[in-house]
Amino acid sequence: MADQEVVIIGSGPAGLTAALYAARANLKPLLIEGLDAGGQLMLTTMVDNWPGFRDGIMGPDLMAEMRAQAERFGTEVLAGNITKVDLAQRPFTIELRDGTRITTKALVIATGASARWLEIGSDRKLSGHGVSTCATCDGYFFKGKPIAVVGGGDSALEEANYLTKFASKVTLVHRRDTLRASKIMQDKTFANAKIEFIWDSEIAEVKDVEKGEVTGIVVRNLKTGDLRDLSLDGVFIAIGHTPNTSLFEGQLNLDSNGYIVTTDGTRTNVPGVFAAGDVQDHVYRQAVTAAGSGCMAAIDAERYVEGLPQDLNEAAHTVA
Amino acid sequence: MASDKVQTFTDGNFDQDTKSGVVLVDFWAEWCGPCRRLAPTVEALAGEFDGRATVGKLNVDENPTVPSRFMIRGIPTLLLFKNGELAETLVGLAEKEDIARLIEKHLA
Repeated sequence: MADQEVVIIGSGPAGLTAALYAARANLKPLLIEGLDAGGQLMLTTMVDNWPGFRDGIMGPDLMAEMRAQAERFGTEVLAGNITKVDLAQRPFTIELRDGTRITTKALVIATGASARWLEIGSDRKLSGHGVSTCATCDGYFFKGKPIAVVGGGDSALEEANYLTKFASKVTLVHRRDTLRASKIMQDKTFANAKIEFIWDSEIAEVKDVEKGEVTGIVVRNLKTGDLRDLSLDGVFIAIGHTPNTSLFEGQLNLDSNGYIVTTDGTRTNVPGVFAAGDVQDHVYRQAVTAAGSGCMAAIDAERYVEGLPQDLNEAAHTVA
Repeated sequence: MASDKVQTFTDGNFDQDTKSGVVLVDFWAEWCGPCRRLAPTVEALAGEFDGRATVGKLNVDENPTVPSRFMIRGIPTLLLFKNGELAETLVGLAEKEDIARLIEKHLA
């Protein structure tokens, strides 16, 4: 596995689509996946906006299909924890925690983005004991109990609605007095009698770290500064995502939020390194756009490895 | 799905089957994507520690009593018992090497 043509990091829709295309181009891609293999769709239930499935498909099932399809054409999948990437020397080097070293001519980064935490300390300490970033995983544990959801985007509202299947009451805590979510989600949420809103507010603290379980939250009103206690059993955080780019800091151009900057398709500032999916996209963030950019990255990587002109128009001119 | 090395824990057999030795219990459910991801790791550990430690799974959907006794509010969660006493709690996904190290620690 030492010398590769193309290595793909990440196994969400972007990484697996890149693998599918690279494999079909006979590049025998190696795909390295981490703990969160399969990406964010592994945390969803029904996916109704993946074209081709008129009745929807379960997120984990869709990812299993994508993986099988990429493997069918010869993608090698390696589970591993990447500790270091060296993009300064060619071929590029990837080091795994178990000591494995892999070199590659081209690299496709599809490491995605992970759920953001509140970063108030108490939220992480109570992770798995009432604080969660995965409604589909953990909603079950809050049957008939009051809970809070933090956030104001589509994901927050989707989680809030989903959680009303279990919870006795869902309190949505949002920093502003309007929601960022789409009109259709807002309408659905306002019509849900089990959902209440606390506007202009954030969670100052999740209680009770001492007891090791969630017993309530302290809510701070951002306009007045007032604090108030709320008794509840669970807190679901849906305040967006952070791109998984710490491995590439100082080696690739990142924007102020840590996303990889791509230009001209999926190119990064290092020739031969391409980025696809949520790790470089904070605008669309859809499974289908991630897959689309994964396909682009594979085609870009193929052209790079084969020393072909990077632009098809350019190629046409060369031929002419 | 589970290999024969992976013990199946239930509300019924839990106390009996965790009371001696080092026992790793994976709390999971069908509808939990990350749990599916952890399943092969748990199977591999069951094979690796065969004869030295018990490694098994408990379906929280079918067995609500044990999860509520241990205040489990998120899955996957791994609990490690030594002679019936709760010794370690691992919430969320974990790497095989890290889990193996924890088991070794309590076998020593």
